[in-house]
Amino acid sequence: MANPFEYAPAPESRSIVDVAPSYGLFVDGEFVDGSGETLKTVNPATEEVLSEVAVGTEADVDRAVRAARRAYTRVWGPMRPADRGKYLFRIARILQERAREFAVLESLDNGKPIRESRDVDVPLAAAHFFHHAGWADKLAYAGLGPDPRPHGVAGQVIPWNFPLLMLAWKVAPALATGNTVVLKPAETTPLTALLFAQVCQQADLPPGVVNVVTGAGETGRAVVEHADVDKVAFTGSTEVGRSIARAVAGTRKVLTLELGGKAANIVFDDAPVDQAVEGIVRGIFFNQGHVCCAGSRLLVQESVHDEVIASLQRRIGTLRVGDPLDKNTDIGAINSHQQLERIRELVGIGEAEGAQRWQPACDLPDRGYWFPPTVFTDVSPAHRIARDEVFGPVLSVLTFRTPDEAVAKANNTTYGLSAGVWTEKGSRILAIADRLRAGVVWANTFNQFDPTSPFGGYKQSGYGREGGRQGLAAYLKGASH
Amino acid sequence: MTDRLAVRKTSKLYLGGAFPRSESGRTYAVTDARGAFLANAAWASRKDARDAVVAARGAFAKWSGATAYNRGQVLYRVAEVMEGRQAQFCEEVAAGEGLSAGRARAVVDAAVDRWVWYAGWTDKLASVLGSANPVAGPFFDFSTPEPTGVVAVLAPQRSSLLGLVSVLAPVLAGGNTAVVVTSRDRPLPAVTLGEVLATSDVPGGVVNLLTGDAGEIGPWLAEHDDVDAIDLTGAPPAQAMELERLAAGSIKRVLRPPAEEPDWSADPGLSRMTPFLETKTVWHPIGL
Amino acid sequence: MTHVLDPGTLAAGTRPGPGPGTAFDDVTRSDAALRAFLHGLPGVDQVGAEQRAATLGTRSIKTTAKAWAIDTAISMVDLTTLEGADTPGRVRSLAAKARRPDPADPTAPAVAAVCVYGDLAGVAREALAGTGIRVAAVATAFPSGRASREVKLADVRDAVGNGADEIDMVIDRGAFLSGRYLEVFEEIVAVKEACGGAHLKVILETGELVTYDNARRASWLAMLAGADFVKTSTGKISPAATLPVCLVMLEAVRDFRAATGRQVGVKPAGGIRTTKDAVKHLVLVNETVGADWLSPDWFRLGASSLLNDLLLQRQKLRTGHYSGPDHVSVD
Repeated sequence: MANPFEYAPAPESRSIVDVAPSYGLFVDGEFVDGSGETLKTVNPATEEVLSEVAVGTEADVDRAVRAARRAYTRVWGPMRPADRGKYLFRIARILQERAREFAVLESLDNGKPIRESRDVDVPLAAAHFFHHAGWADKLAYAGLGPDPRPHGVAGQVIPWNFPLLMLAWKVAPALATGNTVVLKPAETTPLTALLFAQVCQQADLPPGVVNVVTGAGETGRAVVEHADVDKVAFTGSTEVGRSIARAVAGTRKVLTLELGGKAANIVFDDAPVDQAVEGIVRGIFFNQGHVCCAGSRLLVQESVHDEVIASLQRRIGTLRVGDPLDKNTDIGAINSHQQLERIRELVGIGEAEGAQRWQPACDLPDRGYWFPPTVFTDVSPAHRIARDEVFGPVLSVLTFRTPDEAVAKANNTTYGLSAGVWTEKGSRILAIADRLRAGVVWANTFNQFDPTSPFGGYKQSGYGREGGRQGLAAYLKGASH
Repeated sequence: MTDRLAVRKTSKLYLGGAFPRSESGRTYAVTDARGAFLANAAWASRKDARDAVVAARGAFAKWSGATAYNRGQVLYRVAEVMEGRQAQFCEEVAAGEGLSAGRARAVVDAAVDRWVWYAGWTDKLASVLGSANPVAGPFFDFSTPEPTGVVAVLAPQRSSLLGLVSVLAPVLAGGNTAVVVTSRDRPLPAVTLGEVLATSDVPGGVVNLLTGDAGEIGPWLAEHDDVDAIDLTGAPPAQAMELERLAAGSIKRVLRPPAEEPDWSADPGLSRMTPFLETKTVWHPIGL
Repeated sequence: MTHVLDPGTLAAGTRPGPGPGTAFDDVTRSDAALRAFLHGLPGVDQVGAEQRAATLGTRSIKTTAKAWAIDTAISMVDLTTLEGADTPGRVRSLAAKARRPDPADPTAPAVAAVCVYGDLAGVAREALAGTGIRVAAVATAFPSGRASREVKLADVRDAVGNGADEIDMVIDRGAFLSGRYLEVFEEIVAVKEACGGAHLKVILETGELVTYDNARRASWLAMLAGADFVKTSTGKISPAATLPVCLVMLEAVRDFRAATGRQVGVKPAGGIRTTKDAVKHLVLVNETVGADWLSPDWFRLGASSLLNDLLLQRQKLRTGHYSGPDHVSVD
């Protein structure tokens, strides 16, 4: 029977956002032309070109680093910490004031649903600035030494999955601790970082404190390898993380890495099953699964496997895939053609290896990059889809019989970013959380984030933490976390 | 002086709680500061290093899972047992490092005291480094430090006992297990330390001591996928960058070497523990 | 109102539970068995349930969907008056409104039922004769339920005798909270029997049960005892109907149908005052149990002031401009 309650389109208006046909680089407080090529950034939901942005060259990066160094030496370093904090408070407030604009632009450039950019990305980004603003004049109380000092110039390279939020995770602690910043946004999602540059202008942030150099991998490499960068922070793939770690080897640069993951989401037979199903959905389909801490491996106790999978499939059937700007969309567009190909390839491998693919009936738009929510059952720990990070809306389901087996399978990965555990038994939660080798453990919840809560990985998911008191250590000399 | 002929000790590796010779069968001559022969030390090979990593990994669950109080008592026990072997350590340090008896005594005392200092840290770390995080939602959210895992330690080349203890004890205090490459030219205090560890409640495999050449074994440890972190303090300076590069392959935590070997008598603070600690954050809803 | 689902449409691999008849008899054979069963139901995590309800509350229902939702919501209203000051005149006035909610617009649908105290059921019956609008009466010493079983059953018989099509009973929360589940069960069974042909809505008074775990257990207990509907609240206790408690009850009727094939309705009551609230509840139904429950046969909104807001919103959609309170009738 056709559902009589078919939601009419509820599109968020684009008119609040004014996307320029082209953008330069933000260096020393001004937008300037790049000295090299440009690249087009497209709306992944429509393949429409949104704008052209500069591809920063080594010379551009050098200009930005010099500006950052000057600002560090002359203005930001010597500034009263309380005043640094006030700038961050200003930025937080402007982000709140212009929240709708940021949310729409983020969804346009990234493809994520407006519901998420509006309710998660942008408010959390503002919260990060608000939280870190308060730290600026209280660093002596952070337990990181009596007079912790900044490194100087921080080179930061961020990914495309949460463009503004990852910017906030990087920029807010760097500025609060007295560093200046050269930020390289992701190739496919530069626009909110450029809008953020305008926020810096509105806040009267001194020139050079934040510099935004757009571009692709080579631009990022130039930032990382610049001799006058003191601190490198990177979020992205483990592969690129390795090459960055190699690049800074033997230098005095301090490095923090937030890399990939293949999180286990463990569901015991006594779990609050409806919330567990929500948590599984939130774990893997939030942000199209473009989440390093996504719960991409469901480990479900054999005795409830069929029940959980049936509930999960029913629930997935209600997910609304489509126009990211529609306020009722749950799953938006895959960020790029390249990422879509990667997802297709791994899903193909999953099928070839003998896992059972399930997808709900789901109409996908003709244009743009789309992939339906996908569940693989009968997955063995040896399958590629149980080991490789897909970074898409693809869940692999494995089973276990005992808590020991659950822990062993959960830890059987080279990653260690996050994990989930679902059970009503308190003592079991603590025992399992204790034994999981992962930086964040969500018990009876998943994919929660907060600026006061340290986030980061074990093993090949990277090192260093972002958020909280522990996150400050990455930006202070000789600071122990 | 009596005319009794002394019984010499065969110098061996300390690996998985046992004292094997190197699987390679190799040894090298160790001399005192003036060049006089002291002993033939086992010359650890890459395969010894491999076995040591297996032993350290095997010991990790139990050691990291022990209560902090228990780990503290074990480390304090090391100090107690070391104190009883003070004369032997003094003799070895004096010979190896060319120190006067008084200076050697001061070094040994400091090494014992360092164990005591770190023993007292085990059950403070979580209080000092952990946190309850006031998240903006109905969740209990807390962060605790946890050991990184198996740590490869290239021990200082000059300070053969105090330096060694200064790099090893902090790794253990946090709950890690260790594979240590000792000072190449001054390995004998480390060999004796192995005997102390074996008799002071430190479970086998928690510490593995390889006498030999950091320049030879270091790359194998740096590149080993089952080693989680590496302390390059005793790495040959010319090799440090290459070791850090190799370590990047498995995203190891790397403690870079100091420009020159530091004064080990200084207060070490937290700086040698935190590089080998992870922060784990756990969330749970608050509801009825 | 029993609805036997085509077994083929049952979700595969649902929780192996008692089938209709046989195993349920087992479950309700003793206090201990009933307790074991109810406490064996999956728990409800408060934060997760509230987060889910809040997320569904952000659905944006516009234009055609909104028009459909408003009319559907109107048709689901149990237009209620439960005051000590109620009179036949007031009930007749409410009945008139129930038949034709918007005097200026005959296309506005009628409501589902008029809900009154049992002594006024006859007045309502007469005023609604021939309309298809049902007469619902609260009974069993509503709202507290503090009376002896005999009094409660007499209350029910009286209301049914006065012409009530539907009986809204209250459970004995005291017995439930002190763990005397079988006592609560047996009382519902007795009331059901006293209802005869009248449909039975069982009010859990979730505001007094406090936890979602209790709401789920009480829902199951009521369904096992033969409830045709489970209803959140009397409206006399705060909190009354909330989105998350409605979510938990919808999950319970969904799971109950999957396990037994019998469909049970849900009625949030109390506190639903605005069109926005009503639409959120419809979204909750739509995305939790689906279209099968999107009719007045299976979902009701117990409310009084809600109707006028629905009518104002309806006028706004129809005319394109905002209306005002003088354009709907006072109750």
